[in-house]
Amino acid sequence: MIALAGVYHPGSSALHRCPAGIKLFVLCVVGTTAMIVGSLPVLGAGIVLLAVGYAIARIEPRAIWRLSRALLVVVAIIAVIQALVSGLTAALVLAARLLLLVGAANLLTLTTPTSALIDVIERVLGPLRRFGVDPGQVGIAVALTLRFIPVIATQAARIREAQAARGVRSYRSFLLPLVISTVRMADGVGEALTVRGFQAGGARHG
Amino acid sequence: MADRHPRTTAKDVALIALFAAFICVLGLTPRIALPFLPTPFTIQTLGVLLAGGVLGAHRGAWATALFLVLVAVGLPVLPGGVGGIGMLAGPTAGFLWTYPAGAWVTGMLVERWWRKLSWLRGFVAAVAGSVAVYPLGHAWIAVTTGMSATTASWSWVVYLPGDLIKSALAASVIVTMKRAYPLLDPPPAPTAPASRNEPRPAGGAKAAP
Amino acid sequence: MIEFRSVSHRYGDRPTLQDVTLRLVERRIGVIGPNGSGKSTLARLCNGLVKPTSGTVLAEGHDTTRETAAVRRVTGFVFQDPDTQILMPTVAEDLAFSLRPLRLPAAEVARRVDAQLEAFGLVDHRDHPAHLLSGGQKQLLAIAAVLMTDPAIVLFDEPTTLLDLRNKHRVMETIVGLSQQIVVVTHDLDLLDRFDRVILIDEGRVAADGAPGETVAFYRKLILG
Repeated sequence: MIALAGVYHPGSSALHRCPAGIKLFVLCVVGTTAMIVGSLPVLGAGIVLLAVGYAIARIEPRAIWRLSRALLVVVAIIAVIQALVSGLTAALVLAARLLLLVGAANLLTLTTPTSALIDVIERVLGPLRRFGVDPGQVGIAVALTLRFIPVIATQAARIREAQAARGVRSYRSFLLPLVISTVRMADGVGEALTVRGFQAGGARHG
Repeated sequence: MADRHPRTTAKDVALIALFAAFICVLGLTPRIALPFLPTPFTIQTLGVLLAGGVLGAHRGAWATALFLVLVAVGLPVLPGGVGGIGMLAGPTAGFLWTYPAGAWVTGMLVERWWRKLSWLRGFVAAVAGSVAVYPLGHAWIAVTTGMSATTASWSWVVYLPGDLIKSALAASVIVTMKRAYPLLDPPPAPTAPASRNEPRPAGGAKAAP
Repeated sequence: MIEFRSVSHRYGDRPTLQDVTLRLVERRIGVIGPNGSGKSTLARLCNGLVKPTSGTVLAEGHDTTRETAAVRRVTGFVFQDPDTQILMPTVAEDLAFSLRPLRLPAAEVARRVDAQLEAFGLVDHRDHPAHLLSGGQKQLLAIAAVLMTDPAIVLFDEPTTLLDLRNKHRVMETIVGLSQQIVVVTHDLDLLDRFDRVILIDEGRVAADGAPGETVAFYRKLILG
């Protein structure tokens, strides 16, 4: 599944090689702790540990920045508001918490390939089999979606060009043709899925 | 309200996956940074409303959920080319988590009003879907930032104007789609090819014994 | 072999095929006709993608209405649009997808995928994203994917219509070279010389049926007067 380059930052560090399930579990623990703990020194220590983690994983600072910059802006704004409302300490605790939470989650994403995460999701959804959900289809659904992102993106670009040529530039005249094109594609994709033996939901083939 | 989705067909799966891809593509379009908004205006949320309004509640919700799975496994499909669990854990992630509910609400209303769907009804359905994500969105902000719930809930002031514009757009597309490519029409009468082998009298009534 | 026994089909009120009876035993069969004649429906009736409104269709002896799984096993279908029939992000993944219903061990899947890549000259494209392939390559991939499950019959619905001339020929060469029975709906009349039989469908009925030269000539006269 490499058609769309994931956020995953390839490498062979200990963190990269650690199984996805374990990393997820650790993330949950870290996340919960971060939300409960209110002490600045503890949170600060957590952040330092996190930075060590990034160093071990040898993530390029540029990759970290790309992934975090939007969120950092939001955190900054929220911290400022909190500082005005509840004082500086509260703001620092808040900022530390969010940095720890989001930073840990991003580290997981940067060190875990997409396919490994899909496997984890499929395993986690296992118990839902009794409700008719087929976890094995998660991987297929994700791959199917990935396959068509560039196809639809190309359509979108074509529509924008056609618009530009006509001197029209509204969202509506962009969205409507794109939606129509997407829905039309589904006819063909549905037929292709059928003939290739794909069984959706409850098996209905004799 | 007849059960429109007795079983998920291959075409349903196709629609769900393609619409999830559509939502991703909307995240790739350039964002407009408006000075008074802390987060840029993207049309990705519009994709969520359209998922519900064009595909219906059930498929729209699944398409949106599938989109979230793509985010979760680390694909850069959120605006700005970002993704990953971090995006689903940050302070504004509450909105993301309720996207499927938003699609579902819009879809539910569009299905209910299908026969007499007007732009106005489409607009109301879209606004309802947009607003459906506020409660959890605000609660999440409050919890992750320690803000009081009331302070957090003021963020609707920031989101609502954009959401109203998007809802207007969504309504126009939904209504046109009903004319061009109605996916929510009730299943056709039994003269359709999917029936069993025996010849049926035109009109679909059961053959007299 | 595919058999049509008094098959009729309609979409709602609109009849698409009327009382068609055919026995398709020849190895290479072409189906031609004007747009809207019902030829695409005919192709889809062959593998049960569409079910007849009345009458029976048998593919290798299996009733397409009652034995869907068996019919799926013995038939393959290649569509007109190169894009919408490739379902997985990379070439190898798409080939592997065809084998999913068989639930084979991963090593066996990999082995068969590699063999198919080799056979179709796609080895260099193994991990390439499908959307970077040309239209012709995509159709070749579609054919390769369909053949992964070893069908006895392969059906084609206008496989070359959306391709440029060079890719048309390349794809048609591949199609004609297949060892399976092939039924090809097409507009490209010059590609039918090596076929054994060509059927002309017009307004839902079989208007001509015989050697390629004759049927094509009949068709030209019908259209051009």
